[in-house]
Amino acid sequence: MSPSIELWPPMASEYAGRVDLLIASFGALVALLSAPVFILMAFFAVRYRRGRRADRSHREDRNVWVEVSWSLIPFVLVLGFFVWSTKMFLDQRSPPENALTLTVVAKQWMWKFQHPEGAREIDELHVPAGRPVRLTMTSQDVIHSLYVPALRIKQDVLPDTYSQLWFIADRPGVYALRCAEYCGTDHSEMIGRFIVQRPEDYARWLARSGTDEGLAERGGKLFVKLGCSGCHGPASPVRAPSLAGLYGSVVPLEGGRVVRADEQYLHDSIMLPNKDVAAGYKPIMPPFGNLIGEEEVSQLVAWIKSQADAGRAQP
Amino acid sequence: MSRRTSQDAIPDTREERASYLNAGQGLGSWLLTHDHKRIALLYLISITFFFAVAGCAAALIRADLLTPEADLLSNEGYNRAFSLHGIIMVWFFLIPSIPNVFGNFLIPLMIGARDVAFPRLNLASWYIFMAGGLLTLAIVVMGGVDTGWTFYTPYSSTYSNAYVIGALAAVFISGFSSILTGLNFIVTVHKCRAPGMTWGRLPLFVWSHYATSVIFVLATPVLSITLLLVALERIFGVGIFDPALGGDPLLFQHLFWFYSHPAVYIMVLPAMGVVTELITAAAHKRVFGYWFIAGSSIAIAVIGFLVWGHHMFVAGQSPYASAVFSFLSIVVAVPSAIKVYNWTATLHKGEILLDGPFLFALAFIGLFVVGGLTGLMLAMLAIDVHVHDTYFVVAHFHYIMVGGTVSAFFGALHYWWPKITGRLHSDLWSRVSAILIFGGFNMTFFPQFLLGYEGMPRRYHVYDPSFQVLNVMSSVGASILGLGYLLPLTYLLWSLRYGKPAGPNPWGATGLEWSVASPPPKHNFETIPLVATGPYRYPLEADAPDEGEGEKEAERV
Ligand code: HEC
Ligand SMILES: [Cu+2]
Ligand SMILES: [Cu+2]
Repeated sequence: MSPSIELWPPMASEYAGRVDLLIASFGALVALLSAPVFILMAFFAVRYRRGRRADRSHREDRNVWVEVSWSLIPFVLVLGFFVWSTKMFLDQRSPPENALTLTVVAKQWMWKFQHPEGAREIDELHVPAGRPVRLTMTSQDVIHSLYVPALRIKQDVLPDTYSQLWFIADRPGVYALRCAEYCGTDHSEMIGRFIVQRPEDYARWLARSGTDEGLAERGGKLFVKLGCSGCHGPASPVRAPSLAGLYGSVVPLEGGRVVRADEQYLHDSIMLPNKDVAAGYKPIMPPFGNLIGEEEVSQLVAWIKSQADAGRAQP
Repeated sequence: MSRRTSQDAIPDTREERASYLNAGQGLGSWLLTHDHKRIALLYLISITFFFAVAGCAAALIRADLLTPEADLLSNEGYNRAFSLHGIIMVWFFLIPSIPNVFGNFLIPLMIGARDVAFPRLNLASWYIFMAGGLLTLAIVVMGGVDTGWTFYTPYSSTYSNAYVIGALAAVFISGFSSILTGLNFIVTVHKCRAPGMTWGRLPLFVWSHYATSVIFVLATPVLSITLLLVALERIFGVGIFDPALGGDPLLFQHLFWFYSHPAVYIMVLPAMGVVTELITAAAHKRVFGYWFIAGSSIAIAVIGFLVWGHHMFVAGQSPYASAVFSFLSIVVAVPSAIKVYNWTATLHKGEILLDGPFLFALAFIGLFVVGGLTGLMLAMLAIDVHVHDTYFVVAHFHYIMVGGTVSAFFGALHYWWPKITGRLHSDLWSRVSAILIFGGFNMTFFPQFLLGYEGMPRRYHVYDPSFQVLNVMSSVGASILGLGYLLPLTYLLWSLRYGKPAGPNPWGATGLEWSVASPPPKHNFETIPLVATGPYRYPLEADAPDEGEGEKEAERV
């Protein structure tokens, strides 16, 4: 970044422009609402200065209609903006189906990103321009917050919880990426670069970052290496549910509840298996919370997700 | 005319001896006093001290931010500096500032009582407060705490290796002081009003303190319990907030803001009460919309409990909950707007004296309006997602809490100083310092709105070089602001010795506190007054002032 002063932050998306428009229009409204106060106070202070001649007859000390109108009119005007901004916010919460999903793991004090094709990077996030990107984020330790000012969005990143952020960055360029939630000693150095590339450049970059192993495949290897397959595999002597077709299905739990097997459920089943026990099984699965990190979990989750279409085999 | 009244009423020696300042000499008579006025002074001295300590931390922060690199302080040192600044400013200056000093001093005088309902409890509150404050200082000496004043989990409960427990204990202890003060004020207003002092005749200062006290009593215990839970998790590893132990970190944020949002109103409602008094006294005119101002204090206290989720729009709470909190945050702005518009209307056709206290009141209004309106911007979800946890928020709450509350605190100090000490201070210098504070404040904090919108997160020690220009402006402004705060210290202390005697009512204001000698006698009223009229009995019809104006005003007094 240049050391010169920038009065307006750069924009990497069309959405950023909409946020700017919203704050500029709302700024105009609040200026309009407060201008009478500033102007009248100054005017009265001069006009009715003590000792100065002025018409002071018919002073009032109450007027219900005036009170009601100056409470309600600004309120209603502001409500218009409430509707506008809330709609923008809710849209910004629902990623499209076809979004490219990247996983983000935050830890004191770095950002780790994994692309589905297997590319991994630290403190740098490459994304293709013009394509919806969804970030599935979690933290290895305390709360962080992923903030890209040029996109005008941020989202807190919590330990043991997947939070999401999605966007379409349409202007290629290099932008700042920062941690916005105080997370300890080097919080202000938990920064990185957000790099938007033309799709062909992104493809080239992916190829160059040289991985022949996708996220899911890596998860599949871990599944064997960590001994998961020893219980969950087809020929296993232990009674454990098959994980094929699990993702997205409805799982009956011990105790009668049912849950939908989403990413969070898969995460918790691995890290804290005793939290929700699948109905009909003994809670013999060891907790992996202290053995593996969030990156490995995200690979395992990716692998289980990749088995989603396999059709759920009933035990 | 004020000067003339004052000369008429130079207290004779007998009266002088009877004043609360002279009733009893020696340190013991102060440290064991039950007199609400003396306790108010104990608070005044102690919070001024804490303000200075936290101000030094702010100076360190601003000096460090002059450059984008970490040079003056290490990262650890910087984190400790802003944590200390926040914790002391919030709990040991802002929250007790106006209520414990001016509320304590004035509520009994304003309602025609000899003291608060529980004078001993009042003294106990001060001791509890001091225990908390001194513990905080001890923590600082031992090496400080690095969690920020917000103590977010699991950082505070598991990861930080600073003296978190000590800081939690200090805030926990000071909470009892708040609760007891709130309780004391509520009972005092209910039970100790002079005959004829109906609810509709209470000065609006008292109404706003009543509303504040309700928040003290209802919100503070939630904070205390929350801090206790953090301590339990930290010491015994009980899983409450840390997900690794099976807890929920968002639970902490809900509980913390359930207290801390209302706490914002603890800081600003008393200031609003002060400003109402200052505006009517300067305008020499009845306040416009008494019941709307009184009712808006209560409305703020009630609705203020329903908006805490606006601190968590990007924390991971349900988006629909966020929408509801956004809506309620717009609703809570309405009563504040009512107050501002009513103050403006009060000035209409007034006889406005442009004195120091009035300028402080104007500074409050100007800065509070900016703070409030940017708060409204933050309540807008799509805007907040961008500027949450940036300097935009830092600027916003400093406009409310420093621009607003501290200006009102100084306004109150200048307005009631003659009552408290019996001496007049320099009007010229008080105007100078009001202007200095207003200018310095804007220069310090306005650039921070821009910094925030450009994307500088708060609590950043090392920052992008493109932010430097605005940061330097802010630091320069802060030195002017610092001067503005130091100035009153000099001429106010000077007035103690050289100031002219004030007489009972130097401003020609209404209100029972102005009907007794300055400084007031130990038991306030020789005979309890009988109240027959409402507050602010300035004439409804005022003629265009002519040469005889002076006489007329003197009659009114
Ligand atoms: C000792 C055998 C064992 C091992 C090793 C084991 N699991 Fe399990 N797992 C189980 C059993 C039994 C259940 C069903 C009871 C429960 O939900 O805890 C289960 C449940 C699950 C579920 C939830 C399935 C459902 O239908 O709801 C997931 C996901 C899972 N395991 C993933 C893994 C992964 C990934 C690993 C390797 C890191 C692993 N497991 C290792 C025995 C095991
Ligand atoms: Cu951080
Ligand atoms: Cu709040």
